[in-house]
Amino acid sequence: MTNLIEIKGVRHAYRTDAGPLPVLDGLEIAVPEGGFVAVVGPSGCGKSTLTRLIAGLMKPDHGEVWLHGERVKGPRATVGMAFQNPVLLEWRTILKNVLLPLEIVPSKLSKKQAEERARFLLSLVGLEGFEDKRPSELSGGMRQRASLCRALIHQPEVLILDEPFGALDAFTREDLWQTMHKVKEREPFTGVLITHDLRESIFLADQVVVLSGRPARTQHVLDIPSTGPRTLDDLYTPEAAEHLNILRHQIQIAQGRAAAEDSAT
Amino acid sequence: MNKNLRAIAVPLIAIAILLAFWEWLVWFNGWPKFKMAAPSDLIPAYQRHWNLFISMGWQTLWRTVLGLLLAVLFGTVLGMIMGFSRTMRDALYPILVGFNAIPKATVVPIVALMFVGQHDFNTVLLAFMISFFPIAVSVSIGLSTLEPEYRDILRSLGASQATIFWKIALPKTLPEFFGALKVAVTLAFIGTNLMEIVSPHGRGLGALFDSGRTNSDFPLMFAVLLALAFLGIVLYYIVVALEKIFAGWAERAPG
Repeated sequence: MTNLIEIKGVRHAYRTDAGPLPVLDGLEIAVPEGGFVAVVGPSGCGKSTLTRLIAGLMKPDHGEVWLHGERVKGPRATVGMAFQNPVLLEWRTILKNVLLPLEIVPSKLSKKQAEERARFLLSLVGLEGFEDKRPSELSGGMRQRASLCRALIHQPEVLILDEPFGALDAFTREDLWQTMHKVKEREPFTGVLITHDLRESIFLADQVVVLSGRPARTQHVLDIPSTGPRTLDDLYTPEAAEHLNILRHQIQIAQGRAAAEDSAT
Repeated sequence: MNKNLRAIAVPLIAIAILLAFWEWLVWFNGWPKFKMAAPSDLIPAYQRHWNLFISMGWQTLWRTVLGLLLAVLFGTVLGMIMGFSRTMRDALYPILVGFNAIPKATVVPIVALMFVGQHDFNTVLLAFMISFFPIAVSVSIGLSTLEPEYRDILRSLGASQATIFWKIALPKTLPEFFGALKVAVTLAFIGTNLMEIVSPHGRGLGALFDSGRTNSDFPLMFAVLLALAFLGIVLYYIVVALEKIFAGWAERAPG
């Protein structure tokens, strides 16, 4: 098995009062070790369900989720998560927030080493000097940076990012995109990024998966060559424009399917 | 230093102005003592009954605090049950609201009959009954409104429910808890005094109030009210101090 994350034929439905609501139907995703996949699709198509499946927070009705050659049956400490809401604990300092996962996951690091690692990660994302501040003293972008450090502190194999930059303004978002590249260079991980932002997907990922409307299946997979956009200027090259065009077209198809279903019911 | 001085001086001056206005109001209207006593009439009342104020005040205080502590324990457990289980919340809420809606003055004679002669127990029981409700409600709301992402952060690492409770749910509920505790403090005093006044048994400030009533000693009655207000203020600010220590992080920096 060469892929670190493998999602095979996953189908899932939520039980509601009006009967089962299928959200995923025939999902296929494979991410090689060190890869970074972005998942895009119409809103409400089950993208967040996908993150919960990979994290082992829920089990699919059908199909299999594999992580590092092991079938996912429950939560595992080798996963780090960051959400749109940075969910920092307001009663802890930034440093203590970053250290939180190590209080749960068994770690080889001594207390001092752990703190050093946290300080290193914080400086990597540009939060040097904010270690002893409280989350309420930080801006939205800074909180998201801290949340990223917390997701990485226990050296997870898989980093799951569920629209982490969605609530930020455009300039802060672009800043954080560049930070992500810097982080990935120093702290290699295999990444899954859920996003609405097509530019974000081609800037960060080496593979973009387009999901269809609900129930979601894998509709299209676009490979971004490793020479893809890695600086903001690269987003304005003809190649980038072409990638964006393909993705926008695919999203339109995905939305069309959703719209057709809506009018049918 | 200047800030601390201000924090003490401003409320003290406000109290002094209020007392002065009260004194003036009684003097201006020429009210006799049996209509309304002036603050200056209270000083002799305190002087005459000082020992009683100390011993009765202590009885009221410890019974209120004990009732409040029980309310905190019971209210927190009840709030946890309702906060974690949707079914339990649906089941218990109407009962709790109904129980809370019963005027506690009507409960006093029933309790007094049920546990005849056990005055301390009865008084603590009433202080408890009247004050656990806001605590239970605030804890249950605090726990049930915890954003799912908070749980997911720890659950995805394999944390147990107990760990999630201690590390996240409990500290996150503290600001709401202290908000409710401030309400419960004053409620507990009401409970204690209801028992002491409605079912007289010669203990607590309520008994002192009652003896003022039977002897037509109006300044004494007003003096008791003031003493109760004083105890209420002291307990309230103890809660505020605890809140600063345990939930100070929830306070927004000014500006």
